[in-house]
Amino acid sequence: MRKLITNIIGALSLILFVIAIYMAFVYAPLEVTMGPVQKIFYFHVAFAWTSFIAFFVTFAASCVYLVTRTRFWDTVAASSVELGVAFACIILTTGPIWARPVWGAYWTWDPRLVTTLILLFIYSAYLMLRGAIDEETKRGRYSAVLGIIGFLDVPIVYFSVNWWSRTIHPDVIKPEGAALHPHMLQSLYVALFAVTLFYFFMLFRRIRLEELRDEVRELRKSILKES
Amino acid sequence: MTSYFGRVMHIGLKDLKVEIRSKERLYSMMVFSILVMVIFNFAFDPGAEYIREVAPGILWVALVFSATLGLNKTFASEKEQDCLQGLMLSPLDRSGIYFGKVLSNTFFSLIVAMLTLPFFAVFFNISLLQVFMPLTLVIVLATIGFIAVGTLFAAISVGVKRGEMILPILLFPIEVPVIIAAVKATSMILDGRMMVDYSMWLKILILFDIIFLMVSFVTFDYLVEE
Amino acid sequence: MIKVSALRKTYGSVDALRGVDLHVKEGEFLTLFGPNGAGKTTLLKTLSTIIKPTSGKVYIDGLDAIEADHEVRRKIGVISHKTFLYGDLSALENLVFYARMYQLPNPEERARELIEEVGLGGRENHLVETFSRGMEQRLSIARALIHNPHIIYLDEPYSGLDQHASLMLGNLLKKLHTDTRTIIMTTHNIGHGLEISDRIVIQLAGKVVYEDQTANHTTKSFEKVYFEMVGGGK
Repeated sequence: MRKLITNIIGALSLILFVIAIYMAFVYAPLEVTMGPVQKIFYFHVAFAWTSFIAFFVTFAASCVYLVTRTRFWDTVAASSVELGVAFACIILTTGPIWARPVWGAYWTWDPRLVTTLILLFIYSAYLMLRGAIDEETKRGRYSAVLGIIGFLDVPIVYFSVNWWSRTIHPDVIKPEGAALHPHMLQSLYVALFAVTLFYFFMLFRRIRLEELRDEVRELRKSILKES
Repeated sequence: MTSYFGRVMHIGLKDLKVEIRSKERLYSMMVFSILVMVIFNFAFDPGAEYIREVAPGILWVALVFSATLGLNKTFASEKEQDCLQGLMLSPLDRSGIYFGKVLSNTFFSLIVAMLTLPFFAVFFNISLLQVFMPLTLVIVLATIGFIAVGTLFAAISVGVKRGEMILPILLFPIEVPVIIAAVKATSMILDGRMMVDYSMWLKILILFDIIFLMVSFVTFDYLVEE
Repeated sequence: MIKVSALRKTYGSVDALRGVDLHVKEGEFLTLFGPNGAGKTTLLKTLSTIIKPTSGKVYIDGLDAIEADHEVRRKIGVISHKTFLYGDLSALENLVFYARMYQLPNPEERARELIEEVGLGGRENHLVETFSRGMEQRLSIARALIHNPHIIYLDEPYSGLDQHASLMLGNLLKKLHTDTRTIIMTTHNIGHGLEISDRIVIQLAGKVVYEDQTANHTTKSFEKVYFEMVGGGK
């Protein structure tokens, strides 16, 4: 049953991706000042939004884990972090690709990108921590605490970086803030939907992979016990 | 003085006593702090104009690194003869252990910070006398925030292999708001700005302190249980 | 006094305790034997509220060890092969600290009292790091008794002690063994274990596999039982 749902989500995601690509490159009009490179923005924003969802899922799953101590929630939290980190890398590549032709530099210390970079550090550290703990329940507890702290830090990081950047470049107004042509808005929504479904598809697959790994470990142990 | 806060104080005082006898942490923290400032001076041209602009950043890098050095050791004394278990056997809420450690760690870091200031003033030729009060306020607020999360993460790293390497990697990204706020506020204070100008940074520090003291209070239990 | 039913503790896929049932009467001295990894330390830690069980119940003097953990801690004292003492502090400072942690009314008085009782009088102001292993152990016992608990757990207390220190420990334990004190001790040394206890229990792989009154055994007869249970082929 779960496999069926996962595959449906995956298929939907794929279809939507195709539609989103079409919409981004054909349906949505060419942006006046930036030209074709602006089209990366649809996916850049979609991944940014979805990475936020990913880290929120980690936060929620971490809280549930600390209460229930069920391995499943630990798996959800950790899988979501992996996806969040992957998405953060995508954001940090698409951002500079867009920034170079538009602003002349790959990295402009834009507060949103800086926050994403910090998130990348926080959640990479989460994965590093997991790698350093062998015992399952300890790993679950420690990761959960980190998952909670990390997520609660996100708004504060964003706010302080934002305020900081305003004192550096006082008049950076991002074009996304300005009104969007309705075709652009629609393309954005489709891209968002596509990436979100993609996230859930990957999340379910990753959870399943971890569950299988756990199963293998159990089997190995019971075989060793018999001999 | 046997209430919750009384016992928290006693844990802090105990740490203090241990430190006065062993002198392990304070000396190394102090030396490290000054060393970092000296090394940064080699990285920059000490006579240059821009030194005044980067000086607050250098100060905070020195303080942050030396505080991290101290944090690495905070649970070490409890590990040796498993004193942590001794503490956990007493009828004190586990969070009391956390606050006791926050108390002693904050105290040590504040001492190091205060002793670092004269060196800072001399190395960078900056007069601190008029701005001493607001500067101290920033140092206190930032230190509390840094130590609040730092103590929690120290409890994590002490129970993990290669913990001493992992601590800074875990800690620094989370502390970014504290570092930004501390550096900006310090910079504005040294520039002679009014409190109304840098009050936003103070608010960020206070917010960070409150949120993370509360969150750590709740989650510390989960780290020390077995 | 101590009632354990169907106690389980699982760490992920490792079962440290697999359904332990145990009953210890007031005033009883129980020695717990078992090979390394049998879960003896896990059991003691569960009985002292350090570890929360995965399932099952633990009642200490009528109190649920999970619900009423703070009250339970006031009733128990734990002595382990680690001393829980701060080497950089003096004997007196260590005990006063713990007295304060247990919220005792006259910490310094009580601390001095106990230092005398365990035979360390005159050394109150010496730093613990200057103590020998035997002296450390005695101070650890003083620490465990500071709040006058009626239930005492000893986890391998003889480890690392020389003959003289072992003798002193044995005498101290005999003194402690009164009608109102309930004591559980784990040890590898069958001789020590049989010497003072009222009852003996063998734990193996997270379960209790053997129980008997000490009076029914000599060292030889118990050795036989032990190696039979634990696996003679070692």
